[in-house]
Amino acid sequence: MKVWARGGALLAAASAAVLVAACGSSGGGSTASSGSGSGTSGLTAPQANTPVPTSVGKGEGQLNLIAWEGYAQPQWVKPFEQATGCQVSAKYAGSSSEMVSLMANGGGGQYDMVSASGDADLRLIYSGDVKPVNINLVPQWKNFHPFLQNPPFNTIGGKHYGVSYEFGPNVLLYSKKAFPSAPTSWSVLYNKKYAGEVTVPNNPIQIADAALYLSKTQPGLGISDPYELTQPQFNATVNLLKQQKPLIKKYWDLASQEISLFQSGTTVVGAAWPYQTNTLVAAGAKVGDTIPAQGATGWADTWMLATKAPHPNCAYKWMQWATSPKVQAQQAVFFGETPANKLACPIMDQLSKGACAAYHANAPEAYFQTLKFWKTPLAQCGNGKSDCVPFQQWVTAWTQITG
Amino acid sequence: MTATAVREDRTASGGARVSAALWRRAWLRATLTLSPPLAWFLVIYLASLLVMLVTAFWSVNPFTNSLVHSWTLANFQQIFTPTYLTIIARTVIMAAVVTVTDAVLALPFAYFMARVATPRGRQALFIAVLLPLWASYLARVYAWIVILQKGGTLSWTLSKLGLGTVNIGYTNVAMWIVFSYIWLPFMIVPIYGALERIPDSLLEASGDLGARNWRTLRSVVLPLALPGVVAGSIFTFSLTLGDFITPILVGGANSSFIGNVIYSNIGTAGNLPFAAALAVVPIVIMIFYLSGARAAGAFEAM
Repeated sequence: MKVWARGGALLAAASAAVLVAACGSSGGGSTASSGSGSGTSGLTAPQANTPVPTSVGKGEGQLNLIAWEGYAQPQWVKPFEQATGCQVSAKYAGSSSEMVSLMANGGGGQYDMVSASGDADLRLIYSGDVKPVNINLVPQWKNFHPFLQNPPFNTIGGKHYGVSYEFGPNVLLYSKKAFPSAPTSWSVLYNKKYAGEVTVPNNPIQIADAALYLSKTQPGLGISDPYELTQPQFNATVNLLKQQKPLIKKYWDLASQEISLFQSGTTVVGAAWPYQTNTLVAAGAKVGDTIPAQGATGWADTWMLATKAPHPNCAYKWMQWATSPKVQAQQAVFFGETPANKLACPIMDQLSKGACAAYHANAPEAYFQTLKFWKTPLAQCGNGKSDCVPFQQWVTAWTQITG
Repeated sequence: MTATAVREDRTASGGARVSAALWRRAWLRATLTLSPPLAWFLVIYLASLLVMLVTAFWSVNPFTNSLVHSWTLANFQQIFTPTYLTIIARTVIMAAVVTVTDAVLALPFAYFMARVATPRGRQALFIAVLLPLWASYLARVYAWIVILQKGGTLSWTLSKLGLGTVNIGYTNVAMWIVFSYIWLPFMIVPIYGALERIPDSLLEASGDLGARNWRTLRSVVLPLALPGVVAGSIFTFSLTLGDFITPILVGGANSSFIGNVIYSNIGTAGNLPFAAALAVVPIVIMIFYLSGARAAGAFEAM
């Protein structure tokens, strides 16, 4: 039953992570917090100059959240309600698009916060549905992994549109029977040798994984960001995925499917989350995961503040609560992801032995630099022109590839 | 004294007067009785269908994901591209193949139930047919994954019998088997209904006129069973046509159904108008199918 609950949570996570998820051009933050509105030139954030509070007042007694399923669990919501008097009501969203729809018109004066994934972040910021927060009122922020303090997907022009929450990488999962030593390249996913034994997520954002691979293996294409693809770059990526299709046993929709595919030996290599690896290893399957030389994509979620939030004080109290080491660890262990707060590591180990290392919560900064966090592909990409392929075309292309 | 008593009685009981008025006006009675279900049908069912149809002519702003309320045929034009035509064809062919499979399996079974089995045996068979419907759809599909996957029950059994191994998990063959299994009761029950209604006298007359068993079956039983088959096929065809969970769970890399594309356009892409346009496709297919079924007299057998 526990596995089922987690599976459900992961389905939501899939939506969160895979479906849209975290943007941010890279762990490195080459474009990070420089220049207002950078990264999406031609766009301005409507709420950029909205003043932020300098202190947190008395709670309003109520807090309305839009969250991924599994992000408002009683284990950490009940103590929050007792400590602050803010009664939490959470509305679970099934996808980033649903989150964007629910947050339209600044949350409509109904919702206070949303646990948006990276791809939704920029849409929310540029449509004016979320407003800047005073990061100094969230003391745990200074304990975050540096790359999540000012990530380009939630921090623009030095203004923080929320606080980072949790994240995870998309790893290469392999059977140790087929691969005595870990593969060093994503090329195994495109290798005819493994025809019928490959599985990848059924998600349009998977195109970015192929683009990341091409950016390293075909430098001539000039791909610098797997989420900002010009039409020729996009076509080359889609072609690669069409060639990959005959090798695919199944495009998985649920983490549990990939687990059973590897357990039965139906597939020997695939794209996965650390959760699958850990579940399989715990069940005695001979599998491992790795981040190959080309790096990997990943998701990162942010608690963002609605422009018309009716309970801002409770919202700030929630940001403080959700970033505390204990809640960060509880969330990470419950959901199978990595906390933004470095101090959560020992508590994760208390909750579940070895969890900290299993989810790379204590990895060196260099590990995170290899991750390209999801962000919504926009027509207005970083080159100052509007010639990139937007997300809707990614969805159409994905249907053409998998259909 | 008596007259006053009667008048008092009338004024005292308003309910009786209402009831009398309703008794006198049958149309009013019918209207009041039918209007709640009728309103429910119109408002909840037809109106939502209408809203969906209207949505199919709109589009979404790709950036904010909000609906753009300007009329366009682009969604329908997009359906007529190779990608979506392939998916529609796959869905319809699978629905047709499953329907034929179920009809072939259900006919002898229903015939045995209706005309051969003892009353007690019939009861047992009925329970056997309907019992699976008490278990969750998901549980039964997952059971088939365990049976069909690599190294699963089927493959294991075959290898023990020295017949080699099969690996048909996550293919369209697996989908065909699972669909045929899941919808089989919906085919058996209407065919049973049709066969049970055949009067014995017809079969006796056929025999008296010199027809052998096979001839009786072909010329008497099958034509009379046909409306039941068509009625059952409405269930198996439409249920397969609209399914999207079995393709997700047991399908392979070439298994997207219309329902899967609708689902991903609502969930992942947030493109409600295209999803609505695509949802019109099964409706149109079913309209054609139902008119054909009506011509075959299926509605009398239901």
